[in-house]
Amino acid sequence: MSENNNNITRRRFLRESFGGASLAGIGAIAGLLTGRFKKTKTVWQIDPYKCIACGNCATYCVLEESAVKCVHAYAMCGYCRICFGFFGPEPVSINEGAENQLCPTGAIKRTFVEDPYFEYTIDESLCNGCGKCVKGCNTFGNGALFLQVRHNRCVNCNECAIAAACPSEAFKRVPADKPYLLKPALSEAEGRTDHA
Amino acid sequence: MIRFFKTAIIGLASLLVLSSIVSGVERFPPPEFESGYEQPSPTFPPPSADIYEYIDALVLLVALGVSSYLVLKKRSRRAIFGLMVFSLIYFGFWRKGCVCSIGAIQNIVLSIFDRGYAVPVTVAIFFLLPLIFTLFFGRVFCAAVCPLGAIQDLVLLHPLSVPRWLEGTLRLFAYAYLGASVLFAATGSAFIICRYDPFVSFFRLSGNFNILIMGACFLVVGLFIGRPYCRFVCPYGVILRQLSRLSRWRVTITPDECVRCKLCQDACPFGAITEPTVKWSAQDYSKGKKRLALLIILLPVLVFSFGWLTVGLKDGLSRMHATVRLAESIHLEQSGQVEGTTDPSTAFRATGKSTEELYDEASQIREKFKLGGWLLGGFVGLVASLKLLGVSVQRHRDGYEADRASCLACGRCYQYCPRGHFRQKQKNQMFSERNGSAL
Repeated sequence: MSENNNNITRRRFLRESFGGASLAGIGAIAGLLTGRFKKTKTVWQIDPYKCIACGNCATYCVLEESAVKCVHAYAMCGYCRICFGFFGPEPVSINEGAENQLCPTGAIKRTFVEDPYFEYTIDESLCNGCGKCVKGCNTFGNGALFLQVRHNRCVNCNECAIAAACPSEAFKRVPADKPYLLKPALSEAEGRTDHA
Repeated sequence: MIRFFKTAIIGLASLLVLSSIVSGVERFPPPEFESGYEQPSPTFPPPSADIYEYIDALVLLVALGVSSYLVLKKRSRRAIFGLMVFSLIYFGFWRKGCVCSIGAIQNIVLSIFDRGYAVPVTVAIFFLLPLIFTLFFGRVFCAAVCPLGAIQDLVLLHPLSVPRWLEGTLRLFAYAYLGASVLFAATGSAFIICRYDPFVSFFRLSGNFNILIMGACFLVVGLFIGRPYCRFVCPYGVILRQLSRLSRWRVTITPDECVRCKLCQDACPFGAITEPTVKWSAQDYSKGKKRLALLIILLPVLVFSFGWLTVGLKDGLSRMHATVRLAESIHLEQSGQVEGTTDPSTAFRATGKSTEELYDEASQIREKFKLGGWLLGGFVGLVASLKLLGVSVQRHRDGYEADRASCLACGRCYQYCPRGHFRQKQKNQMFSERNGSAL
């Protein structure tokens, strides 16, 4: 009987010492990582200079309606009469008719400003992030249209499904206090709106 | 003079060529408006504030504390169930599932191997807190805090028992899954735990269709097999199992002595209650001793062969990394084995990086996978042989006990133990007598 008791205490001793060792191990991991901790969380964002507007953003997002939307940097826009982000490759006529538009959801509105300039605005509720207009504007225009993850929609998955499918590795984790990667003209504009 | 013109023309031409390569240059200068038009300024909605992450971490801490109290002190299945529903709603449907403790393994691993990645504090808290609680109180995280466990526990209608050998064999998958997710996270290839998380699409009520189907399959299987993901897949559960073996306090089924009625074992849907042992006969004992000796000799063989088998898969495994995939498709295109280009290869060519550089990177990653393949296979082999060793050792148990490692602390057995009922009855009587005298 006494042997049995001894046996149990030995087992218990071993268990408790292993337990202590594991606790120390967890502490060590925590200690090892303290130098590498970051107070702010990270969010996903697209580098507009790497993006090739392949269209994966529209289909790979875990949300039904993608968290990626097109952003318009008005300060970079040429206000062209014939916008390659707005008109399809061979428009029937140069007007706002649906058959002339490139955008599959008709999310871009074209309004006359003054001769010969037209303003293009994006209706974000219609945009599906397919990037067709981005491609058009990058290839033939100023590149004022580009895709960004909209953080009012993004659920911030630990592994972004679009990032995993992105062909140009344009997705990266950015600190949450600087959640957008904008083109220079727009970062200035954003700076103004932020302070206003 | 002519020379000057020549250089000027060449310079202009090269400028034009360069500018046509760089996408989105200012081809049309922004106009100066005369009509007093003002440019609209686009909005940039910020992500949710960090404070919510800290609140989540606080809720996790409180939920773990409450869960420990309910499991070990209050011993009430109903209360544990209530907390489970709360966790499912809060950590599942409200927070939409990210980041969870299970997925946080990968963030921690990535931060160890990638100097450029730092873990947000809240992610580290989500990873570490359940580990610490498990060391003290057993798997109270699995019991009522993990939303993935909760959703499976809720659908469990008619539990069937899984034979012990099958349970042990299937569990090997969880070890392999843990090893693979560590390997892919360490090499910066992918976060496979998140990619193949079967329930997060339910929490978000949207997601990849294939994953939704997989989640639905898990739930259908979960009607009959208790918590299939937790028992056979969950990589975090594997870590918690080992820590739970060392826990300071544990789930005890009977409040005093076991009457060996076996009711608790029938009630446990997870096969986590072990029966009392019978002492081995001398014949069994010598047989067991021989088997043990054989297995100890076999251990290095098993470890090596699993490692060798896995390293054979290294090319397939390394294709999880985008750079390796890209290098392979570029190689195929350049050697003329395939025609046309893909999106990734087009994007790569636009960067102007040399293919040699890309091939170098890819072969470095393949080397990592070679080492990783040995380690992963060796790890699985080691676990398998330790499992075999475990069944060849004589154990001593007096009554029905909750297995330290497998017990998910769901509390179902409490309400089945007749000794527990007896004690409750005594308590109630004492309570009513005291009340009666007071009246």
